Amino acid sequence: MVTLGHYLIVSGLLFTIGFAGVLLRRNIIIIFMSLELMLNAANLSLVAFSRFRLNPAGIPSYNAQVFVFFIITVAAAEVAVGLAIIVALYRARQTTHVEDVSSLKF
Amino acid sequence: MSSALPWYVLLLPLFAAVVIVLLTKSFRGLSSFISIAAVLGSFACSCLIFVTPNIRSLELTWIDFPPLLYVPLGLILDDLSKTMLVLVTGIGALIHIYSLGYMKDDAGKSRYFASLSFFMFSMLGIVLADNFVMMFIFWELVGVSSYLLIGHWFEREAAAEAAKKAFITNRIGDFGFMLGILMAWTATGSVVFQEMAQQLDRITGYPEYLTVAALLIFCGAVGKSAQFPLHVWLPDAMEGPTPISALIHAATMVAAGVYMLVRVGFLIQAAPQALSIIAWIGTITAVMAALIATQQNDIKRILAYSTLSQLGYMVMAVGLASGAAAMFHLFTHAFFKALLFLGAGSIIVMLHHEQNIWKMGGLAGRLGITFLTFMVGTLALIGFPPFSGFFSKDAILALAYEKNQAIFWLALFTAFLTAFYMLRLVVVVFFGKPRSDHARAGREAPWVMITPLIVLAIPACASGFGFVAKFFHMTSENEAGWLVPGLAFAATLAGITLAILLYRRRDSDPIDFALFQNRFYFDEIYSFLISATQGVLASISAFVDRWILDVGFVRGASGATWGFGSLLRLLQVGNLQAYAFLFGLGIVGLIYFTLFR
Repeated sequence: MVTLGHYLIVSGLLFTIGFAGVLLRRNIIIIFMSLELMLNAANLSLVAFSRFRLNPAGIPSYNAQVFVFFIITVAAAEVAVGLAIIVALYRARQTTHVEDVSSLKF
Repeated sequence: MSSALPWYVLLLPLFAAVVIVLLTKSFRGLSSFISIAAVLGSFACSCLIFVTPNIRSLELTWIDFPPLLYVPLGLILDDLSKTMLVLVTGIGALIHIYSLGYMKDDAGKSRYFASLSFFMFSMLGIVLADNFVMMFIFWELVGVSSYLLIGHWFEREAAAEAAKKAFITNRIGDFGFMLGILMAWTATGSVVFQEMAQQLDRITGYPEYLTVAALLIFCGAVGKSAQFPLHVWLPDAMEGPTPISALIHAATMVAAGVYMLVRVGFLIQAAPQALSIIAWIGTITAVMAALIATQQNDIKRILAYSTLSQLGYMVMAVGLASGAAAMFHLFTHAFFKALLFLGAGSIIVMLHHEQNIWKMGGLAGRLGITFLTFMVGTLALIGFPPFSGFFSKDAILALAYEKNQAIFWLALFTAFLTAFYMLRLVVVVFFGKPRSDHARAGREAPWVMITPLIVLAIPACASGFGFVAKFFHMTSENEAGWLVPGLAFAATLAGITLAILLYRRRDSDPIDFALFQNRFYFDEIYSFLISATQGVLASISAFVDRWILDVGFVRGASGATWGFGSLLRLLQVGNLQAYAFLFGLGIVGLIYFTLFR
């Protein structure tokens, strides 16, 4: 029997893997992918909540599912902007490594 | 009878000063004419006031906070102020005219006459003020105009220094004066002299309070009338033009202190301890100044110390509880001292600003009228009968004989010294042979300068006679018979004889007494005291300012901000992943604090 707890553990694992990727990887594109992983970890937990929190009539709560759609939409827009920035950055600096882009400091 | 006449007396000189400063500053002749016209107008009004009995002035309300404080703009017109009015405007007028000759070629003539008119305004204000607030304001204005006039030749460093010294020394006294006024006001609830006199019984039960108040008020007179220990400014004030020395620093302004003491006599006489201190300060000043005068070589300084000594006599009389005797001596002294100073001024001008008496000599023949009038002034000053000084000094001596024998003998000694140093001056300056080229070439001054001398010589002779004394309500206090005048005359004769014997046919001073030459080292003591107290205090406050306020607080605050900012700056590493890590850490923290606590 798969319970809510199992879904949440998977979601937490996905989020942690994503966050670790953001912190540890050097390539901005990989970091970007890790970010998407974190977003989808959140989506997974939202859908799980929706599925397991039935109202008295036995129907799942759709609020969380609508939320997930929002997140997917925003993520799509973000990918468009983010990839454009990465392309612009590569054109300016000929690199996609975060260590090489650290001029915003004292 | 109510009249605006006293206001004309007061405001005419102010008007002249304002017109000169604003309009006619570049027309020097016109300026002097305006100033002289104003003072003559004042003099005429004063004479009119003097002969009108029961005259009252218009009174306006200035400040009114019932029941706390009521200050009118009122002018007092009693015998005391009427006499002073005529005296101040009369001598003032003569000295204005004399200045025409003395300041003929001076570049700052307009400024000089504007200051002179301003001085007349301030001095008349002191004389006419019917309350302490007005009197204090005019008191300070007199200080300012005195400062302007002493420093008239400000390009000379000595004159600028003397002006500063006079002003600051006066301010020390004036601070006490202000405290005294406040104490008197607190106790009586009024600043108007008449009401204070009526309310005085409120404080007669507290003799200590009254004594302190009286002495603080006396502080003002100590400054303005140059009494020991604030006398040091007056001899230095001789750096100003000689007519100024005559008008301000001999005849009128320095007498303001005595006048004020007589004006508030009701208050001072209610405090016997204060009276005896005042009498002794006067005596100390009289003796000390006379001793110093015997060893000075500058003609104006000798006269300045003699002024100090005579002011000492007046203060002594105030201290012996006789305002009448003080005013009588003030009255006669004003004439003969102005006369002496103007005479000295003629000599100085004719000798091309030579002031050392040992470079003069043999002037009796060439400066005939100056010599004669100077002799009149000298005889009046040393109290030679029947000149005016004899009567007024005799009144004070008789008073001292009655009330305090110690003071009497010191005053008698001062009379002897007065005769000695004045005859020394006369013998050295007018007799013998000329001791410099200027002295050989000297000739009589122009008539604008001689006429005031002659006019002043008349009251210097005559102002001591009975009818004038009666006007001052001098009762004939000759209980000691002829003893006091006899002793005084003997002392004077002794002084004259000694001076003639010592100084006849001398080219240099046979006596050499450093203590008197150096004026009892007062200036040296004061400069030491100032560097020991004020200098130390100043360096301490400089230290506090520089190290505690500047370094500690001002730079400390900016330094702390700067340092804290540099620390925070270390966090800005520019690494995206470090930021993300801190961001995550922050979120973990937030979750921990919101959910698990």
